[in-house]
Amino acid sequence: MPIFSEMTHKYLRAKKKFPNVWCSGCGIGTVMGAIIRAIDHLHLSRDEVVMISGIGCSSRMPVYVDFNTLHTTHGRPLAFATGVKLAKPNLKVIIVTGDGDALAIGGNHFIHACRRNIDLTTILINNSTYGMTGGQVAPTTPFMKIGTTAPYGNRERGFDISKLAMAAGAPFVARGTVYHVVQLQKLVEQAILKKGFSLVEVISQCHTLYGRLNKEGGPVEMMKWQRDHAIPISAAGKVPAEKLKDKFFTGVLWDIDFPEYCEEYDKVIALAQSLAEGEGVRVKGKERE
Amino acid sequence: MKPPVKNQRLMQGNRACVEGAMAAGCRFFAGYPITPSTEMAEILAAELPKLSGKFIQMEDEIASLAAVIGSSVAGVKSMTATSGPGFSLMQEHIGYAYMAEVPCVIVDVQRGGPSTGLPTKVAQADTMQVRWGTHGDYYAIAVAPSSVLECYEFTLRAFNLSEKYRTPVIVLMDEVVGHMRERVILPDPDQMTIIDRMKPTVPPEWYQHFEINPHFVSPMASFGEGYRYNITGLTHDPFGFPTEKPEEIKQKMDKLKNKITHNLDDIIQVRAEFMEDANIAIFAYGIVARAAREAVRMARERRIKVGLIQPLTIWPFPDQYMEHIQEQLDLIIVAELNQGQLIGEVMRVNRGKTRVSSLTRYDSELITPDQVFEKIREEK
Ligand SMILES: Cc1ncc(C[n+]2csc(CCOP(=O)(O)OP(=O)(O)O)c2C)c(N)n1
Ligand code: SF4
Repeated sequence: MPIFSEMTHKYLRAKKKFPNVWCSGCGIGTVMGAIIRAIDHLHLSRDEVVMISGIGCSSRMPVYVDFNTLHTTHGRPLAFATGVKLAKPNLKVIIVTGDGDALAIGGNHFIHACRRNIDLTTILINNSTYGMTGGQVAPTTPFMKIGTTAPYGNRERGFDISKLAMAAGAPFVARGTVYHVVQLQKLVEQAILKKGFSLVEVISQCHTLYGRLNKEGGPVEMMKWQRDHAIPISAAGKVPAEKLKDKFFTGVLWDIDFPEYCEEYDKVIALAQSLAEGEGVRVKGKERE
Repeated sequence: MKPPVKNQRLMQGNRACVEGAMAAGCRFFAGYPITPSTEMAEILAAELPKLSGKFIQMEDEIASLAAVIGSSVAGVKSMTATSGPGFSLMQEHIGYAYMAEVPCVIVDVQRGGPSTGLPTKVAQADTMQVRWGTHGDYYAIAVAPSSVLECYEFTLRAFNLSEKYRTPVIVLMDEVVGHMRERVILPDPDQMTIIDRMKPTVPPEWYQHFEINPHFVSPMASFGEGYRYNITGLTHDPFGFPTEKPEEIKQKMDKLKNKITHNLDDIIQVRAEFMEDANIAIFAYGIVARAAREAVRMARERRIKVGLIQPLTIWPFPDQYMEHIQEQLDLIIVAELNQGQLIGEVMRVNRGKTRVSSLTRYDSELITPDQVFEKIREEK
């Protein structure tokens, strides 16, 4: 269990819900700390923050924090968040999801949330595995890594989450790691402030399962790996290509502006109200399924 | 010629359904197009923004019900509408709404199944899926309109029941009820009772989102109102935190059950016609009840003592009414557009006391009054 500062403590449901379910040394607690510090630094009121998650170790986070919290079904937090945000656009909606949650069972919701561009902040904790169910392969498990359901090596490729999000239309995409925790807090802050759908992928360690199965050591070794493989995006172009092998970029990878859905819907409301009554467009004479 | 009646309109069932929803205060719809429910999405896409409500077309039915639940949690009355294939996809979230006690309304305009089945044809084959579709123990509430006017009234009632009991409520329609057009005079919305979820009166520190109380229904604060609480589909304690303590688990499960089973008189509605002296009853809901009504009229002309039992709420099943009425009956004919689903419920309550006979049709056509009448003549 991670140690929390006094500031962090006031955002936790400390009396009610601790100790937590996470293994000591797991990266998820560190991500929770970074999110809390970001919220504190932005002076958001706890009443206006909504944290929504799916199912998984990562998705247990909302239970522990003193916000409006919604722990949903496996893979679907973005769909729930869509309803919450549309109903009350003034709320700050933060989604915490795992790589399996967001990209396997929730892959469809993920790409559509990127495309739709509702002002949601998604923190995707990528530990390359299914932690909660015991180390099975995830859609992020790299080629030839071991999972309990790929005992002879994973023959599929993992998703490149950031590229997927960009291609699907997300206007803000960032990547951080548990090791680079100060940077992570800043990325979360930027993501919250971004008007539109924002994604922060956090490279995290599941030493208990993924680390052990793949002989990558304990939390310390796995965080050293994060340190040694992360290259700030600002250094892109400056680093020779051969040094980029097996590495990944961190920082804000993509930041564009695109009309935000809730604001667009306000225009829909204004237009509908100004137009005369009329029935919705109907397609006639066509076989419909 | 009859004099024209004021406010009379020719209206489709699907339209009446969403009119009822809007009158009930529904201001959010998330859905995915599917015949024969699509008109509801199309109408609400145009109508909700006029009321400052919101419509969104989601990527599938799983997402649709998720968004509906999310919106309801944020305090907006919300609904979705679908048909068999989409209704199957919604099952996990129907269970979620039930477990998390989130009011919402789900319309299932039934079509022929299984699978993609018969997109444009009528059926009543989701009857048992409505009751048992989601996993785990579950007590369903479902209303079943048989006319365009009832589509309006029952959808409004579905919202009221959902808000009152903090539970998902299903409006079980079918292709014919959804698509047929009838002349209706919609009731004046000011004359209708509209129920809103109970709000907490305690300060946030005392608030328990799933409070255990003698009514089994807990007051519900919305997100953003200063009551910061947790909602989860995991079995939880009164605060909404996951629990694995047997006594808390039982308490939660009993609460979910009791809020339905202790309020059966308020929830269940049965329409009984010509039942005073009947020794034969036709048991039918939705569109089939209308054919049965005509058959009863035909039989009565021939002095056959037949009556009609039409459950207006299909779930919970009207056990008590059936227990009482079956005492006077020699025969119950269960007419339904499937291979025999509701008959199981009738027989469960009947326990062999009366002859129970099945009239089914599952070839995409309606059961006709003549068919019901023939069945009465054959069996009596
Ligand atoms: C519909 C459904 N299928 C499967 C599961 C079982 N399940 C729970 S968590 C999980 C995987 C979680 O992996 P990930 O999202 O990567 O989160 P992590 O535990 O690694 O943080 C699975 C498969 C479930 N709860 N619901
Ligand atoms: S199983 Fe892995 S992801 Fe889950 S808490 Fe333990 S270390 Fe973290």
